Amino acid sequence: MKIGIVCPYSWAVPGGVQQHVRDLAEALIGLGHEISVITPADDDQPLPAYVVPAGRAVPVPYNGSVARLAFGPLSANRVRRWLKDGAFDVLHVHEPTVPSLSLLACWVASGPIVATVHTAMRRSRVLLATQPVMRSALEKIDGRIAVSEAARTTLVEHLGGDAVLIPNGVATRRYRHAEPLDGWPGPGGVIGFLGRMEEPRKGLAVLLKAFEILAPERPDLRLLVAGPGDADAQRHKLPEALRERAVFLGEVNEEEKVRALHSVDVFCSPNTGGESFGIVTAEAMAAGVPIVASDIEAFRQVLRDGRAGELFATGDPAGLARAVRGLLDDPARRAELTVAALAAVADYDWEVVAREVLSVYETVVLGRTTVGVAP
Amino acid sequence: MTLTLIIVLVVLAVVLWGFYISWRASRLDRLHNRVEAARTALDLAMVRRSSASYELASSGLLDPATSLLLADAVRRAKDAGPAERDLAESDLTRALRASFGQPGFRKEIEASDGAAELVAEVDAAAQQVFIARKFYNDVAARTIDARRRPLARVFRLAGSAKQPEFFEMDDALPDGDGSG
Repeated sequence: MKIGIVCPYSWAVPGGVQQHVRDLAEALIGLGHEISVITPADDDQPLPAYVVPAGRAVPVPYNGSVARLAFGPLSANRVRRWLKDGAFDVLHVHEPTVPSLSLLACWVASGPIVATVHTAMRRSRVLLATQPVMRSALEKIDGRIAVSEAARTTLVEHLGGDAVLIPNGVATRRYRHAEPLDGWPGPGGVIGFLGRMEEPRKGLAVLLKAFEILAPERPDLRLLVAGPGDADAQRHKLPEALRERAVFLGEVNEEEKVRALHSVDVFCSPNTGGESFGIVTAEAMAAGVPIVASDIEAFRQVLRDGRAGELFATGDPAGLARAVRGLLDDPARRAELTVAALAAVADYDWEVVAREVLSVYETVVLGRTTVGVAP
Repeated sequence: MTLTLIIVLVVLAVVLWGFYISWRASRLDRLHNRVEAARTALDLAMVRRSSASYELASSGLLDPATSLLLADAVRRAKDAGPAERDLAESDLTRALRASFGQPGFRKEIEASDGAAELVAEVDAAAQQVFIARKFYNDVAARTIDARRRPLARVFRLAGSAKQPEFFEMDDALPDGDGSG
């Protein structure tokens, strides 16, 4: 299939939507499809071969913060030209309710259009305010995808109608291989944690208590924590003698995150709730790290009821300590879990997600002509 | 004889001084009135700019992305409480500047019917906000200065009138060069 994908945000700026578009495009290319992505980007910026720049994004206040967006007649013309040259079978726009390229693409295009909504938004009066022009653009969408239940609710409220729920995939290949961080993991064993430190539901407090139980019996055991938050405040929750053995990296970028995952012997997901899928846990699985996780529903599912990772009673530091101890003492069991986790996480790979998205494309193109420019 | 003269002179001085103080008080009162008038003018100018921007946004003459941006900024400016009014109005300025500053924006829109008037109204209203704020801050500065004088402070000439505050915002015009 020839597929045109529209990304509303600057390619160069890191962000969830951009990452999603990149992973989806590459997965679709991997499946043998012809992909062109149009996105705001500087003309002189190095871009992958499948990306067409639509000009520089302009920083502009929107929805209470400053976003870098592409709008106006020049951007519209670039989208129009891209649509003409592309002759796509289907057009896939992301975040069509953001005032940027995706909305412009809906406006100028004719033919089968699929839209993916990423973020949940408050119902705002804006959509009602500019009803005629917005509505005529958004009405052209034939198939809607939401990446989460919250995003789906937004869609239903704003645009009416329903949406297919297709969650983000895990780019398992990006996680599979990486150099550990310098000086890690070391001989004494390392327990890893990734997530916002202050968010109670991420369960760092449970892990710190478990570390207190384990540390005295294992003099070289260390703790590696990555994620935004006040490291000093967390470190002071540990007894003074243990503070040096807990390393807090703070917020890490994608590359450091993968390296951190490869720097630990056991990865810990002590969440006490609030996860619908557990993307971080899935990423750790993709890195091949043995996992100990609380037995909340989301982890039960992704870890195959304990076959792809050890589960412990949610919120129980002693249970967590016991599970970690068992794994640190049993290299054979760790190797076994790695194999099982890699097999299990393959179900969440982008390739699987891309196939689901493809079936949406195939549905909307039935009996339709190709994508063109609206008169 | 000399005593009488001294008494007369002192009484005269006191009376003159009294006149002077009351003149200072009424001047301060006038300044406060002018601050209020200037503030009303500024508020009206901002309302006019919001309405003009909204009309342009909902005219159907713009692309939907620009429409949505402007409508969002207008809504925020209208909903803003007194504390965040300056920020919201500045955001509207920036949204207008970003929209009007798009390459080909004016050429494209002025080609369509009825658009020239809508754009001209936004330009005029933005110019008015720019001027009204200048005037308001100017009279506010003079009032604050007059209130600070020792005489005004000792005799509390300002009475219960509140000290005016400057209105700080980004109101640089869409074209940036003041030509509107």
